[in-house]
Amino acid sequence: MSETPIKAAIEITNPTGLHARPAVKMTKLAKTFGAKIQVAFNEAGPWIDAKSVVKVMALKAPKGAVLHFSATGVDAATAIAELSDLVRRDFDENHDEAVAHSAVGQGHAG
Amino acid sequence: MLGDDALAEAAFAEIEEGTPVDKAWVAALDGQVADYAAAEDEYFRARASDLADIRERVLDHLTGAERTRPPAGAILLAEDMPPSRFLSLDWSAGGGIALTGGSPTSHVAMLARARGVPMVVGLDLDLAQVQPIDAALLDGEGGRLNLSPTAAATEAFNGERREAAVLAGQWAKYLMKPAVTANGERVLTQINVAEPAELDRLDPEICDGIGLVRTEFLFHDQSELPDEEQQFGVYRRIVAWAAGRPVTIRTLDAGGDKPIAGLSMAQESNPFLGLRGIRLSLVHKQVFRLQLRALARAAAVGPLKIMLPMVTIPSEITEAATLLAEEVASLQTAGIACRLPALGIMVEVPAAALAVDRYDAAFYSIGSNDLTQYVTASARDIASVANLNDTSNPAVLMLIERVARFGRESGREVSLCGDAGGDPRLIPLLLQAGVRNLSMAPTMLARAKAIIAGWQPA
Repeated sequence: MSETPIKAAIEITNPTGLHARPAVKMTKLAKTFGAKIQVAFNEAGPWIDAKSVVKVMALKAPKGAVLHFSATGVDAATAIAELSDLVRRDFDENHDEAVAHSAVGQGHAG
Repeated sequence: MLGDDALAEAAFAEIEEGTPVDKAWVAALDGQVADYAAAEDEYFRARASDLADIRERVLDHLTGAERTRPPAGAILLAEDMPPSRFLSLDWSAGGGIALTGGSPTSHVAMLARARGVPMVVGLDLDLAQVQPIDAALLDGEGGRLNLSPTAAATEAFNGERREAAVLAGQWAKYLMKPAVTANGERVLTQINVAEPAELDRLDPEICDGIGLVRTEFLFHDQSELPDEEQQFGVYRRIVAWAAGRPVTIRTLDAGGDKPIAGLSMAQESNPFLGLRGIRLSLVHKQVFRLQLRALARAAAVGPLKIMLPMVTIPSEITEAATLLAEEVASLQTAGIACRLPALGIMVEVPAAALAVDRYDAAFYSIGSNDLTQYVTASARDIASVANLNDTSNPAVLMLIERVARFGRESGREVSLCGDAGGDPRLIPLLLQAGVRNLSMAPTMLARAKAIIAGWQPA
């Protein structure tokens, strides 16, 4: 597999960052592609499997972080386009809802 | 997350190496919990408890404990129940607790009261003889459990429940108003908090402040002691909830009936007379300093006060005050926002109650649970002597009266934060003894205010 990976970098605009629901949406979408898709905080890596919600959540990407995608495989181009679009659409999150979600999270922290 | 193999990846590797599955799983998840707990972002930090929950639920399945998880709304019948078990169960659908052992003043009883979960202790019942049944009647007020209710008994029980609901409706009218006696004296009513999550369901308007935050909750289900940031986050959130009302946070009261692994003594012949409360904190100074730092930082956010448990001799206060001053100075040097909080004490050791004027503190809070057990020499967790463990014992009331009088004469704040503070039978006696500041489980507030409204000096 010497093919050149297809790449993209998009900033997270979601107020709570790449939290649970966005992470689930992103990995679910990634899993619909055959391509090997990786995601990272910066170009240098570490690159992690974009299909693993555990690993994507563990990135703890805050608002303003830039997500780098890299994909190889037949549908790599479509995968990168759709994933980038999902981040750009703010994971289809309603912001009022996102804030409420964050408040619930605080209650659990104790 | 459970569907993702990556969650258990590290555990699979360990299992291949020969590590038992439960150990491997816990180790793998502990690592991830710690990773989230160390996150800078508050949202991600909060996910640590979600992962800890996943860890416990899978562990329950691995060890077979899942089969003992009761259905929603069930009455739990057992010899005793540890506080961690209570906290691990979902009480949102109701349910109750019926114990053959236990005590009304145990830690789990406090949690149940705070949550409004009916509980009966000291039942005379042979658990081995109990047959599977569909329904039982549990009367937490009357201390009764009926395992074979007839239709008539169920009818009568439901009638009592309806009456209780009517009474509760009458008390509820007092909940949002300040407590005032029949002769117009203002009585401060505060709440006790055993678990910060309790506050999510409460409106701060119901109380004049938080009279007692028990910080032992910080150490529940923790494989290691919480760090300064974690503690600061929790304290700050409590102060923010109170919205300007005073918040009294008690430093760690480990030992006694609240052992904490790795901190309190494992083997003491009589833990209640052993290394507990401030005694333990002054031995583990690093743990204590960390808590004081986190508290001083949270005090910059709102009116936070620090309360020392189990003070026996005055030098314990000066020693704690020195440590607190040192930590505040070090925070200031580092340019970290903080404030020197008022330092008060629990009056729960008879020595402190008898010679209260020897103890120089910013405020005093009578811990009626321990004061009662030390004065009556009857342990709160031994059902066979529970009848002796009575705060209405004149000797206990004399000490309470003495401390209240000292507060009036010296102009220092005196409150009471034991279970007696919310006990409908005891509130008139405490008012008679001169106490005008009561802290209690939030569920007791409405009725307590109704009782105060009907009281006047004899």
